[in-house]
Amino acid sequence: MRIFMYLRFAGDPIVCGGDRTCLSPSGGRRGLWEKTGLLESGLINAYEGSRYMMEDMNVVIAGAAGEGVQTVGEVLAETIAGHGYAVFAWQEFESRIRGGQNSYSIRISEKPVNAPAMKADILLALNDGAAIKYGPLIQKDGILIAEKKIRDRMIPIAFSDIAEKELGNKIYANTLALGALAAAIGMNLEILHAVLAHKFAQKGDPVVVANRVAAVKGYLLAREGCQGICPWKLPARDTRYRLISGTEALALAAVLAGCRFIAAYPMSPATDTITFLAENEKEFEVFTEQAEDEIAAVNMAIGASFAGARAMTATSGGGFALMVEAVSLAGMIETPLVIVLGQRPGPATGLPTRTAQGDLLFAVHAGHGEFSKLVLAPADAKDIFRQTVRAFNLADRYQIPAIVLTDQFLLDSLFSVEDIPLDQYVPEFHLADPSGIDDYHRYQVTETGISPRLYPGQSLHLVSADSDEHDSRGHITEDLAGTVPAMVGKRLAKHRELQAAIRPPEEVDVEKAERILVGWGSSRLALLEALERLRKNGTRTGMIHFTEMWPLPAYRFPEGKAYWSVENNATGQLARLLRSEYEITFSGQVHRYDGLPLTGPYIQEALQW
Amino acid sequence: MVKIDDYKNDVPAQWCPGCPNFGILNALKTALTALKKRPHECCLVSGIGQAAKLPHYLKCNFFNGLHGRALPAALGIHVANPRLTTIVVTGDGDCYGEGGNHFLHALRRNPDITVVVHNNGFYALTKGQASPTTRVGEKRSLQIHGVEIVPLNMPAIAIVHDCTFVARGFAGDGDHLKSLLMKAIGHPGLSVVEVIQPCITWGTHPVSWYRERVYTLGGDYDPTDRKAALEKTMEAEERIATGILFLAASRKPFADCFRKEITDQTFAKLKPVSTEKIAGFLSSLRKGYIREDNSHSPRVGP
Repeated sequence: MRIFMYLRFAGDPIVCGGDRTCLSPSGGRRGLWEKTGLLESGLINAYEGSRYMMEDMNVVIAGAAGEGVQTVGEVLAETIAGHGYAVFAWQEFESRIRGGQNSYSIRISEKPVNAPAMKADILLALNDGAAIKYGPLIQKDGILIAEKKIRDRMIPIAFSDIAEKELGNKIYANTLALGALAAAIGMNLEILHAVLAHKFAQKGDPVVVANRVAAVKGYLLAREGCQGICPWKLPARDTRYRLISGTEALALAAVLAGCRFIAAYPMSPATDTITFLAENEKEFEVFTEQAEDEIAAVNMAIGASFAGARAMTATSGGGFALMVEAVSLAGMIETPLVIVLGQRPGPATGLPTRTAQGDLLFAVHAGHGEFSKLVLAPADAKDIFRQTVRAFNLADRYQIPAIVLTDQFLLDSLFSVEDIPLDQYVPEFHLADPSGIDDYHRYQVTETGISPRLYPGQSLHLVSADSDEHDSRGHITEDLAGTVPAMVGKRLAKHRELQAAIRPPEEVDVEKAERILVGWGSSRLALLEALERLRKNGTRTGMIHFTEMWPLPAYRFPEGKAYWSVENNATGQLARLLRSEYEITFSGQVHRYDGLPLTGPYIQEALQW
Repeated sequence: MVKIDDYKNDVPAQWCPGCPNFGILNALKTALTALKKRPHECCLVSGIGQAAKLPHYLKCNFFNGLHGRALPAALGIHVANPRLTTIVVTGDGDCYGEGGNHFLHALRRNPDITVVVHNNGFYALTKGQASPTTRVGEKRSLQIHGVEIVPLNMPAIAIVHDCTFVARGFAGDGDHLKSLLMKAIGHPGLSVVEVIQPCITWGTHPVSWYRERVYTLGGDYDPTDRKAALEKTMEAEERIATGILFLAASRKPFADCFRKEITDQTFAKLKPVSTEKIAGFLSSLRKGYIREDNSHSPRVGP
């Protein structure tokens, strides 16, 4: 039979065909859908055209900045995770403190998809404007939960009024709305209560109790309004996913790598990295300093690194532009440095709170002069762990600047991961042993170009750094015939060594497919989803995905394939880089440059396959 | 026993023969020797300019970084290894011009480092353009009609912002400068020593012009008196006071809280945070949804 829908009940699959008959787990015929015993028991409020348990469901919470969109979203995400489902949460917001309209999308599935969906099964609008702005996102059989009745298939609840009149304070409007959402999705209230208790634990028991009362109130009101329009249920599952944001992964990975120093100037979307480390200073013993500008931030980090500390800074495109001279300095004085570049759309101030992959070529080419540099672009939260530790290790080993090239989408999103194998991300240190050195030359010319690195005060050996071209002891030189070419050669020898350590791109279904999508960094999961959709569509498509951007690995693109680049920018920067490096041609390109992340449906639609 | 020769190296200086910078270099070496600091215990930090070349001409650890950026680099070095004696050697262009913002914020932070500013009143390395301290009306290679914008008075700014040690020395008086540098280096918190450094190549006035105007503050001068200190920095050009201009009440040095509450170790000696600790943190990050007994609680609702 042609499958009309695929449902789940208590973890068991139920397949329903277009003739409205459903098959149970045992394969037995259940008869007409509306007449199954399952339906009559009241456990499913099924109706024509509905799905029961989501294979994949998307809930969007929208409201003004300051209305608590993020808080509601986080509590909801944690509660759903508490039911044993994978959630993927991403936010889009305007660059303002109050007002505007922002959204927090939570995609729910049994297995992690970790890629955004745009359409909403349920939209919770915290104000009327949000209901109007985000209303078009609602799927055909989706619903709206909002203050006023403005459409069919919605649950109107006057959150603010009820919070004020019946709960004594407008402040509970959010939790009330959260309770309503819990009813619509069919959540377990006890799990919601546990998450609320954790969330408000620091504010004391009365606050926890008040929020629970508000949640129950919202839950009961919505259950009433849900009649006939809320087919969803969230039966608890045994699986547990860990929820972690890109920023949290990044900061923890830096700690794991042995980072002790971060200086940064606040700039979205990178600010949360240093904030997280400052908040957990006691736990992780990382020194944090808010610099007066990005130039100071990066020079502080270089100074700390010169003095032997693993050090980093974090910024976005505009701040990175100010740091570029120091990137070149780190290259010249061969001092390890890790810079997190969280991309957002430019040029100039651009869209401060949105996402893009627009700084690839800028990062790869950053810095005057010729020197070795590493650029890694993690794919997701788990990959951030791997690539951040790797950035610190390789920066240390080759004594070079390393850029972790990420973006607002990856940093601000919440990912579900089954486990984070911390043991696999091992910090490696490459400082030299001073006791084995007689006559120390900081910039000793070696075959690999790597000189013994000591830090000042480590021993009696004196350590130097000079931004001028210098001799092996770090003193200014103008010996054009001997020392200068030797030093240039030594620094570039390291680049060849580094290139040998770079890993090839990930290949998915490349052998079988004729058409290959080529992407990089944070769009990996959207690309995989596009592949899945295209496969269902009968279009066999493969993927080549890069996370190690510079130097590019020694790699051969398979011949006889048609390549399409897929990028979150307007000009196809990866395509340009790969063309010049591998001399391949692209049959076409997919660009997204509206400040929103790439998604599977977006890619498929753009390709029109 | 530390000898002045411990600081001697054989790097040929790129300064003009007879440059007063040699006087500053010698004063610094003698001050460090007298303080019994050994070369490996010191780190000199500089940016770009003639003054910034100084670290090459004595034997010690040094970081000669980017133009204007000596202070942030020094801050990073000092935080990562507080046991080093960190001294910034800079010029008026490097420190007050290109790096002016960092100077302002160093005053706020009060790191336990010493900043020696060679002030010759213009840019020497780039051949004579005006600097932030060039006097109004003075003709320079680029300011052909004479400088029209007013000079910065950075010692006054340092005094206003409670810099705990503000001094002025004269490159032509090595003994006095040595004693100032010794006090500055020994001072806890930020110490700023501006050194009047006549330029014998691009200068408007000969060294003798400075000698006639420089005087040393006497024993009756009270450096804790902010008003008096500001007056000293605002004297007409006929008089150039040298000595300790200002001593503010001591305040917490930079990173004091981290040193006391987290660790006072040299960062390079710290072991990375253990995997177990990070794993534990990860587990508690969102523990609201991880039920203790892992059993399924009864469903509420329909």
